[in-house]
Amino acid sequence: MQVTVKIQRFNPEVDTKPHYETYTIEQQPTDRVLDALNTIKWYTDATLTYRRSCAHGVCGSDAMRINGRNRLACKLLIQDVGANITVEPIMGFRVIKDLVVDMEPFFAGYRAVKPFLINNEQAPAGRERYQSAEDRERIDDTSKCIMCACCTTACPITWTNQDFIGPAAIVQAHRFIYDSRDQGAEQRLQIMNDKSGVWRCRTIFNCTDACPRDIKITRAIEQVKRTLLYERV
Amino acid sequence: MYHRYDALVIGAGGAGLMAAAQLSNVCSTAVISKLYPPRSHTGAAQGGIGAALGNVEEDHWIWHMFDTVKGGDYLTDQDAAEVLAREAIDAVLELEHMGLPFNRTPDGKIDQRRFGGHSRNFGEAPVRRACYSADRTGHMILYTLYQQGIKNDVEFYDEFMMLDLLITDDGICNGIVALNVADGEIHVFHAKAVILATGGFGRVFKITSNAMAATGDGVAVAFRRGIPLEDMEFYQFHPTGINKLGILLTEGARGEGGILRNVNGERFMERYTPTMKDLAPRDIVSRYIWQEIREGRGIGPDKDYIHLDLTHLPPGALEEKLPDITDFVRTYLGIDPVTQPIPIQPTAHYAMGGVPTDIDGRVTLDESNTVLPGLYAAGEVACVSVHGANRLGTNSLVDLVVFGRRAGKHAAEFIKTADLAPLPAEPDFRAKAEISNLLERTKGENAADIRATMQAEMMDKASVFRTGEGLEQVRGTLRELRDAYANVTVGDKGKIHNMALVEALELGYMLDCAEAVVEGAVTRTESRGAHMREDYPDRDDQNWLKHTLAYRTSGGIQMKYKPVVLTRFEPKERKY
Repeated sequence: MQVTVKIQRFNPEVDTKPHYETYTIEQQPTDRVLDALNTIKWYTDATLTYRRSCAHGVCGSDAMRINGRNRLACKLLIQDVGANITVEPIMGFRVIKDLVVDMEPFFAGYRAVKPFLINNEQAPAGRERYQSAEDRERIDDTSKCIMCACCTTACPITWTNQDFIGPAAIVQAHRFIYDSRDQGAEQRLQIMNDKSGVWRCRTIFNCTDACPRDIKITRAIEQVKRTLLYERV
Repeated sequence: MYHRYDALVIGAGGAGLMAAAQLSNVCSTAVISKLYPPRSHTGAAQGGIGAALGNVEEDHWIWHMFDTVKGGDYLTDQDAAEVLAREAIDAVLELEHMGLPFNRTPDGKIDQRRFGGHSRNFGEAPVRRACYSADRTGHMILYTLYQQGIKNDVEFYDEFMMLDLLITDDGICNGIVALNVADGEIHVFHAKAVILATGGFGRVFKITSNAMAATGDGVAVAFRRGIPLEDMEFYQFHPTGINKLGILLTEGARGEGGILRNVNGERFMERYTPTMKDLAPRDIVSRYIWQEIREGRGIGPDKDYIHLDLTHLPPGALEEKLPDITDFVRTYLGIDPVTQPIPIQPTAHYAMGGVPTDIDGRVTLDESNTVLPGLYAAGEVACVSVHGANRLGTNSLVDLVVFGRRAGKHAAEFIKTADLAPLPAEPDFRAKAEISNLLERTKGENAADIRATMQAEMMDKASVFRTGEGLEQVRGTLRELRDAYANVTVGDKGKIHNMALVEALELGYMLDCAEAVVEGAVTRTESRGAHMREDYPDRDDQNWLKHTLAYRTSGGIQMKYKPVVLTRFEPKERKY
């Protein structure tokens, strides 16, 4: 089928501000939007620039705005989006070139929540730390996160408040706060309780809608808020 | 720009991050990675990591070792397989202690499931050995190790692509040259030890489970610097890739009870491997899938695929234990695996071959295992050889954790006594010349055309079934593509995030890998593991129970041979 792809372009070595370019190409309806970008890059305009790697929705490289919604280009089929596709970079971070944005503030938010198991006791020798299946289930959903930034850059609070830690960082904090093996909940909850933490969230649900991993992000954020209110992990 | 460290880790997948975890607390360490670490391809591994924990049924490391050796069609170095099977247990426990959220048994232990080629008591029946976290075990390993990197304040150079490996005239490795993709600057990293952990090169084939970044950068750079490549002819095709797309559907699906069926609905693997059935090793299952298709029992309008049937699994099994592949099938095929069988075909998945190393990850140069001081390799880039002619499922994750750790530990000791060998006057001259060559040419060949031809030809003639004639043809094609590549042009001349330049460099690396694969496949006139020569259908231990070492020379690729290390298990016919 014939597909028209309108892409926001910006080359800092040439342009002073972003502009749009439109390409008309042939793709199969079952191709991914990423395939369309590849076709354009490989056979029409080699300067088109984006990040991509796994091409099946697990590495988190190719988050972009497709027809106004944050999606992974490799996890959206052309037949599901139609013959007219508009592609823009995710919002809220500095555009480096075309669809590539500066991810450093995003990863800084991740690092800020101490995203590693904190347990000061000696691990048992020769065996695992036991954890019940039910306790493990509490962190199942948030441990699926691939840090693609679809959620954080879909959040209107993030667009206007650079200090807000953002949904993805809260998801990562959640994954440890509710891990029965972890002893760092208090430190992380303090970070969550900070002025840049969970209280900035206005339960708009954009994050949940945007997540390509179907993580119930708003619910996770609400759980952290309730824990802060009732001081119960 | 010039940087100096004690140790460099190139690549931030499981092997690289595991090595970095050993190094970062004892010496100055930089991790240099083409991708942001959590984008690495380790994250795409699904089904599990094998270790004889015996949490759900009796198991022993020696059974795991035996399965690894037999799975590798006896080309596996048995000293390495013993290390792998013994240390897998500790490695899995270490990952758990770091916080990896494994699925659990009712009594809170790490849960385990069946996987291809893993058996109890030396082949009696399938055993539950694969420790797993739903079907995102690789994702959880990658994140757990990245988290350790953050905890330990490891210095990361993200989106830096390796261009060259620095080796002194005395044969000591003392650094690398890399491209900072963000701004196009060339950086020289000077160090006492370099650990290559750059992964595999599945993208040389048209249908692959591998990420687009899996272009064999480390394999090719080592090859260009005179380091041999071991057993490159052995390339694994995973039996169950999504038809035409190649996206991986874990062997864990069959471990949970999934069945392969042909157009008649027949469970055909029963005919070929009556004991292990659908859980025979991957080389065997992939071969019989193609055989069914060739004999007209494929499915679909072109009779070119087979079904993976999960419809009989207990309710909830897919959502609870295999949620990601359920999602992939719904997203990319628009069908529901709960009620419909899934069209699959074998997909290029894993390189058994690579940069030769000893069991401490030290890169070796010849048939007598002469070490190249200062250079290490671990993970898919390396060939220990622990996978022999065919890797067992789950063993790639075991490999990267066990040998990433060993390489890191050994390097940490090595740098204590090693001197920092001085760099030559212009350590980056080759890298700079290569880049300017690519950027300055204004007319020439399109990299995408060369890549597409390479991928199609490799798939057609160097995949599951091979013949001498077909391999000679693809060898000729690769020579032509090499000439075309010498004239390739990059359509983006910019400095900032030049993705076209990165892709052109990657194509050069892939051509090197493809040539080495084909050369090994032409040379090895027998069938063993994943290397199936239709003109030489039998395994030939008399002549070929040995590793190949391919050297890139000015006169083309030259072959040497290295004996297989046999310790506990005599080569036997492989039956499942």
